Amino acid sequence: MSDNTNHKEVSYLEYQGKYRGILGWILSTDHKRIGLLYLYTMLLFFSIAAILGLLMKTQLIAPGETIMGPQTYNSFFTLHGIIMIFIIVVPGLPAVFGNFFLPIMIGAKDVAFPRINLLSWWLYIIGILIVLTSQFTGGGPPDTGWTFYAPYSFQTPTNVLPAVFGAFVMGFSSILTGINFVVTIHRMRAPGMKWLRMPLFPWTLYGTAWIQILATPVIGITLMLIIAERMLGIGFFDPALGGDPILYQHLFWIYSHPAVYIMILPAMGVISEIIPVFSRKSIFGYRAIVLSTMAIAFVGYFVWGHHMFTSGMSGRALFTFSFLTFLVAIPSAIKVFNWVATMHKGSLHLHTPFFWALSFLFVFMIGGLTGLVLGALATNVHLHDTHFVVAHFHFIVFGGTGFAFMGAVHYWFPKMFGRMYDANWANLGWGIFFIGFLSLYLPMFFLGMSGMPRRYYDYLPEFHGMNILSSMGAWVMISGILIIFANLIRSARSGPKTTEKNPWGGKTLEWQVDTPPTLENFDEIPAVDKTPYDYRDYAENTNS
Amino acid sequence: MTIHRDDLADKFGMWLFIFTELLLFGMLFVVYAVYRSMHPEAFRIAGEELDVALGTINTVILLISSATVAMSITAIQKGDKKRCLQLLSITLLIAVIFMVNKYFEWGAKFEYGFYPGSDALAELGHGTILFFGLYFFMTGIHALHILIGIGLFIYVMLQVKKNKIHQTDYIWLENTGLYWHLVDLIWIFLFPLFYLIH
Repeated sequence: MSDNTNHKEVSYLEYQGKYRGILGWILSTDHKRIGLLYLYTMLLFFSIAAILGLLMKTQLIAPGETIMGPQTYNSFFTLHGIIMIFIIVVPGLPAVFGNFFLPIMIGAKDVAFPRINLLSWWLYIIGILIVLTSQFTGGGPPDTGWTFYAPYSFQTPTNVLPAVFGAFVMGFSSILTGINFVVTIHRMRAPGMKWLRMPLFPWTLYGTAWIQILATPVIGITLMLIIAERMLGIGFFDPALGGDPILYQHLFWIYSHPAVYIMILPAMGVISEIIPVFSRKSIFGYRAIVLSTMAIAFVGYFVWGHHMFTSGMSGRALFTFSFLTFLVAIPSAIKVFNWVATMHKGSLHLHTPFFWALSFLFVFMIGGLTGLVLGALATNVHLHDTHFVVAHFHFIVFGGTGFAFMGAVHYWFPKMFGRMYDANWANLGWGIFFIGFLSLYLPMFFLGMSGMPRRYYDYLPEFHGMNILSSMGAWVMISGILIIFANLIRSARSGPKTTEKNPWGGKTLEWQVDTPPTLENFDEIPAVDKTPYDYRDYAENTNS
Repeated sequence: MTIHRDDLADKFGMWLFIFTELLLFGMLFVVYAVYRSMHPEAFRIAGEELDVALGTINTVILLISSATVAMSITAIQKGDKKRCLQLLSITLLIAVIFMVNKYFEWGAKFEYGFYPGSDALAELGHGTILFFGLYFFMTGIHALHILIGIGLFIYVMLQVKKNKIHQTDYIWLENTGLYWHLVDLIWIFLFPLFYLIH
């Protein structure tokens, strides 16, 4: 330990390291500062991609061209997808809250490889910059969609190369984060924190990290093949040279389906943290949640074919992929059951993070059940490539991961910034967001059912009514986001200061350290002797 | 702030990285398997175009280099810095020889007009195009790994020289060795798949 004890009290926000000012942040190896670097980057790019989405919905407010033509629309949904998937939701919760809270929650001073952690962020930024160059150079913004499907991705004159290469670089960043987290969890848990005493957010990060390690290389090499196809005409996916475009789809989804679990598993972890705290009750079925987390991570590898039911596969393969898809729904359902059972007879404390968790349950159920509609072979043929898929996807990835992300921000905000946000504005923002979200995406299910395809800038007149509702919802939701962001940004800068260690009554280790945490998190590494959500004392106190 | 050191964690991280490399090449092996099963005859004929002698030499020297890097770790464990540097120099030399051989091998193919997108390949049909596409792509990615290995060996040798890597702290050398064995292992699979199966 260092001998200058006066430094002990300084928080990580004020700590003066080797570098000053902005360099003290972008060259910092402190896991907390890196988490915030990711948060700010994501805030910026989420805003950009959300505005792109808003403009697309505005285009769809009436049939025909309203504010943009087909080529602009195509490049908008491509950029919206690339940003939202590769820059926001895939790194999302692990990079921001995993970095910030994983070490604290398992009682460590930092991650296992702090410098590689910083390298991850830099690779992420470099990847983003490369993707951005695709917008302003060469043959114009890419128009392939975020899936880069062959053969179009090497035939289009637009500037696909930098977009693909940028995604490749961000894949490296993701792999390094995954390696870091797995090693951290194996090697750096506090004394006494056995595997089954680890909180559930770290558990989901563990499952996620394994997926990052074992699936991301597949997309890496697949994107390299697209690059080789465009630059050298190597022929693997080009039917004119004997290649098979369907093989591209297989390789792409072998990564990109597990990637969906990279997105949703940490979200489930956040919800598993929030619900017991605001119910003042031990989590119901801790072991079941742990097991279902690992089961999702495992089975999630074998369901990629359900993205390709109409691409051409043998009947047996279709049946198998459909069956496995239904199988993977079971552990998710177990979790939902456990969360609801945790609230049962709990002492519910209605604060903003809990509202986000409750609305997560609601939208996640809709998203999950419509996923089964798509996983069934007969209905899939009808709904494939329609707005139904768009709605399902946004219910899971935006409704699931997005709501959990907002919940996590509001849950951990006081700990991260040492300030409190205005609860009334936060709740108002949540309400408006929630209403906007539902009116934006629910109509898309009906549009898809009646046959409106996705990725078109135009539609038939009979879809007009539902589209008006959906586009209005987009504007409402954006207003909600504006309120939430304004409140959070204002509060982070000048909200009322707090040094209260445990504002919500949490039981996990992050609520035992200083607010905001010191550079090394703990003066002394704590010893852990019980399960993470032990609220028996609360029950005893209220009964007596 | 105390410097946290955990060699086991470092090695664990390296093994996880090796998993990612195996999956990366694994997917290429899948692509190979798919196209080989679609064009078995063309792949057989195209495979005979490759220079088995050069391939064999590269395989043998790469195996030797795996042995020398393993021996260099033993040397540093015994505190024999000079022997360690000698063994690493041999490894580095072999890596360079491997690349020189590769240069001649690829150069000969280019001379025949066998490269992705060439007219000579286009005349020979789909199977041949795919075979040489896979050959150049997979051995190319492998060669890239050899180049990275060369960089790593130079770095490690400098660290040994400066006594940054020594008898009680040699995790960099050990992890570089692990990486090199991986590069070797992948070649062990590439060699028969392209050169030997007829």
